[in-house]
Parts: sequence; structure tokens; C-alpha cells
Amino acid sequence: MEEQKAIDILLVEDNEGDIRLTKEALHESKLRNRLYTVADGEQALDFLRRKGRFSDVIRPDLILLDLNLPKKDGFEVLAEIKDDKELKRIPVVILTTSDAENDILQSYSLHANCFIKKPVGFEQFISVVASIEDFWFSIIKLPEK
Amino acid sequence: MKKRILHVEDNPGDVRLVQEAFKDSKIENEIDVAHDGVQAMDYLWKKGAYLGALRPDLILLDLNLPKKDGREILMEIKRDKNLKSIPIVILSSSNAATDIRSTYDNYANCYVQKPINYDDYVEVINRIEEFWFLIVKMPQ
Repeated sequence: MEEQKAIDILLVEDNEGDIRLTKEALHESKLRNRLYTVADGEQALDFLRRKGRFSDVIRPDLILLDLNLPKKDGFEVLAEIKDDKELKRIPVVILTTSDAENDILQSYSLHANCFIKKPVGFEQFISVVASIEDFWFSIIKLPEK
Repeated sequence: MKKRILHVEDNPGDVRLVQEAFKDSKIENEIDVAHDGVQAMDYLWKKGAYLGALRPDLILLDLNLPKKDGREILMEIKRDKNLKSIPIVILSSSNAATDIRSTYDNYANCYVQKPINYDDYVEVINRIEEFWFLIVKMPQ
């Protein structure tokens, strides 16, 4: 059995309620994890590129990315990540209230690793976050940092 | 709605195992198999014997394949504007960090190492199927 390292997740989300729910879901997890939150698209890229006040942050193992974000929207953030040779291998899970066919197609075309619609109910939200975490950290092999 | 999977795999044991795993699925599905990389691309581009082939919802892709290997296929699919939105799950026996890294760099949607034990392998296939078909939204 490998020694379990803490997993680092970057949540890019401006909705306080969703941030809170994601935190709760991850708090209940069996896996040791650390969640970092940024509330707009510019901050997300600054975090990933360790710019400004993010100069000391860790590189995340997984990114949870909302689409509707202030300053720079989720599609732009996704496109920049997947076009950056140092960042593109970090899996990006789109987590959004939208299930518009165009948003889904555009996300995959910009190389999102997967697209998940935020469920409406509290219990369902917790359960979906747990499924994401379980799949990406128990079943999947992630690239080394 | 029935889900269509393209399984790109040259090993008959693996082909059989994945079919068995999907047979017990809650989700109606159909698996087509391409036994080498050239067949896989012909299928996706509807060439030759694959003129009537339908677009798969998900691709399970082995890395070491005859004729054209999985790494090349991955790049071809993810550079093709009509195909690149199809999610690709790499399913390989390799645990090499360079394989994992380079497949993510080339836009594999996720990487799964084939378990050695039969039951674990079936379990992993079931988990892939559940996650991609029940949790995730796929492009139409």
C-alpha cells in the first residue's frame, strides 16, 4: 500500500454556496485532501502560474472549474490551461449549472477532461463531488506534479 | 439511449473481459472493437469496411498496438476537429510516468492502468462506465 499523500484540488468558483458545499463534500472524504479556492478566472491563472500573491502556492492535482466566472470566463481559463505546455496535463473537471449542448461540446473541444452538471439538491451535490474525487483519485492514474 | 463504446485493443483476453464487464451494465451499451491502430482510425473516419460506422460516445484506448500505436491515435483524434470532443480513456498496462504524462499532455481525458487481477479489472471497467455514463455529461 502506498503511503497516502494529500491531494490538492483547485476550485475555481464564485458562488459562495457552491464553495461551501464542495468543502463539505471533500471534508467528509476518506482521502486526505486540501482545497484551494479562487473566485474568478484571472485569479485561477495567477494561481496556476504562481503570479502575484500566489507565488508560494502548490500545483494542484485536479482543477474543478465553473464556466460562468467574473473577469475571465471558464472557457477562456480552460483554453489557456490546455494551451500551456506546463499546465495542460493537469486534469480539468468542468463543474457548472449549465447542461447546454453547446457548452458541453465546447468544453470537450477545448480539452476539458470531463464535464459535470452541478446537481440542484444538497445531497446530490455532495454525492457528485464525492464521485469526482473517488474516480479521479482512486481509479485514475494522474500525472506527477 | 444506448451508449456506444469503441474499444481499441489487440489482446483477445482484454477484449473479452471488457465485454463481460459491460454485459452486466445498468446502461444499455454496444461495444465495437478495433484490433489495431489503423482499424481504429478507419472506424472513426468511416473508411473502407467502416463506411457505416457510428460515432462512439467513448473510446477505450490501449497504448501498445500493432500498425499504429495508441499514442499516435490519441494525437490524431485530439487534433481532428470533428473527433476531438470524444472522451478517450487510456487503458494500458503501463505504469510508466512518461506514458501517463505524455498522454495527458496530448489531451487524453483520463488514464487508467489495467489491473492484473481479473476481479479488479472488471471492477475498474464498471467504475469507468458508471462515471462516464452516469456522472459525466457527454457531448451528443
